Amino acid sequence: MPRKYSKLERGEALTGYLFILPQMIGFLILVLVPLIMIFVYSFESRNLLFGNMGFSGLDNYQKLVSDDLFFTTLKNTIVFSLGVVPLNLVLSLALALYLGANASGTKIVRSVIFLPVITSGVAWAIVFKYLFQGGTAGPINYMLSFFGIEGPNWLHEKGWAMLSVILTRVLKNLGMNVLIFMGAVMNLPQDVLEAGRIDGANKPLLFFKIKLPLLMPSILMVMIVTVIGSMRVFDTIKLMTDGGPEGSTMVLVYYIYHQAFKTFNIGYAATISVVLFIIVLILTIIQWSLRRRASFYED
Amino acid sequence: MKTNKLIYNIVYYIVIALIVVVFVYPFWWMATNSLNNINEIFGRPTLLPKSWMWSNYVEIFQVQPFARQYMNTIAVALLGTLGNVLIASLSGYAFARLRFPGRSALFILLLTALMMPIEVTIVPMYFMMNDIGANDTLVPLILIPIFCSQGAFSAFMLRQHFITVPKELEEAARLDGLRPTGIFFRIMLPISVPVLSSAAILAFLSVWNMYLEPLIFVSSVEKYTLPLALSNFNDTYGLPQWNLQMAATTLSVIPVMVFYLIFQNKISNAMVTSGMK
Repeated sequence: MPRKYSKLERGEALTGYLFILPQMIGFLILVLVPLIMIFVYSFESRNLLFGNMGFSGLDNYQKLVSDDLFFTTLKNTIVFSLGVVPLNLVLSLALALYLGANASGTKIVRSVIFLPVITSGVAWAIVFKYLFQGGTAGPINYMLSFFGIEGPNWLHEKGWAMLSVILTRVLKNLGMNVLIFMGAVMNLPQDVLEAGRIDGANKPLLFFKIKLPLLMPSILMVMIVTVIGSMRVFDTIKLMTDGGPEGSTMVLVYYIYHQAFKTFNIGYAATISVVLFIIVLILTIIQWSLRRRASFYED
Repeated sequence: MKTNKLIYNIVYYIVIALIVVVFVYPFWWMATNSLNNINEIFGRPTLLPKSWMWSNYVEIFQVQPFARQYMNTIAVALLGTLGNVLIASLSGYAFARLRFPGRSALFILLLTALMMPIEVTIVPMYFMMNDIGANDTLVPLILIPIFCSQGAFSAFMLRQHFITVPKELEEAARLDGLRPTGIFFRIMLPISVPVLSSAAILAFLSVWNMYLEPLIFVSSVEKYTLPLALSNFNDTYGLPQWNLQMAATTLSVIPVMVFYLIFQNKISNAMVTSGMK
């Protein structure tokens, strides 16, 4: 039997609905409907200029599995992530551990390392496009020439182009993870570390047997957030290499943009969006289950 | 033992200096080259501009409607931030404190927006905006930060905050005869200014820096926002005007940088919280 609500409770419920109404309507129209639409579009032969040209069944999906360029972009996205994530994690963790113990100097590092994080990705990418100029024109190659190294034409040679965008991206977001890890390092239980020291554990042992396991929840969280961020990379690529040379830095989001707004294949672009959605969904499920485990440990 | 300590200190300061150089040099390079002649950009890098061409900063306003684009960005960022915080604080409060059937289910539904990157849904969104005639206007750029993942994030953040506000405060207000709306506007909002400002900072930065959205939704130059405008400094032959691009980039970065230097801890703490969402 439904519970009877008092007048006061009804009033509160009504206010509650009114308060969430704007957010929920916006959510419905701008998040839920477009999400459903990528699935709908993926079954349509839809073009940017001609609109919907009819139901096409699984055609787009068939095209997807036989599209070499799609698998290249998927591979490039994974290569990009495999470059960004370990580099970012190792550097930021090392810096946080190294600087965490020292008070002096840490403040200035905290400030400067965070500058790129608040700067727009576009500004950062534009500057690095110049820093990575080939020959001896670019400052990076100019500096390398002091050591007798002839730098490559970074953004126009296969392999080097990918490395350039990876480095640019790592430097842009490093500060965020350094600060997160600094917080985690500061919150390490001192009594446990002390107990380890008294038991005669040397520094490497202390790190691998005590600090690292205690930091694991934060490391996993940061890792998954960084992976999701790398899967979404667009501006760095668009501005520095424009997917080139020869498509060697073409990533998933760039391919969606390319298919939808350069070659007007909306239906196919939506199909690639479905792939991106599934990737992000899986990563998010992992993230949420990790967080539940992490908070379980905290209790 | 003493020399060990000395070496340790030297290494420490070298590491610090290296980090400072790596992270400051790109900005330094940007600023100095914004004052160079276009032929002076490449080749031997110098610490200071070679010809101090302040005219670059005049020219960027002539080759593009840069003042207009700057105003667009300010307008979009302010409206987007205001809408984001207002709507998220209403729903955040309701989800935290008001009891109504379906509350937790609706909240979990809203959380799915948190994980939904704009890149996934941008293609259908283009058609939706087209249908309501919002393409090539600033409307999508304002709506997206209010309702998409940034909006859901603010709602989430504010809900977590409102949960921690002591219930006695509301009880007292209720006994004084305030209704939920009055409690929200007269009590809850004023005491939540620190959290509201954190949410506002995050929303503002995300709008100020957004690139994909204006690239998709805006086509006429006088409706560009800054990041899109920056990527568009080419002469009539399509060759990049490097020095002008650097001047424009410097002008776009300066306000954020000044803001950051003033409210450093507040901003980095807010960002770190959001980084762990």
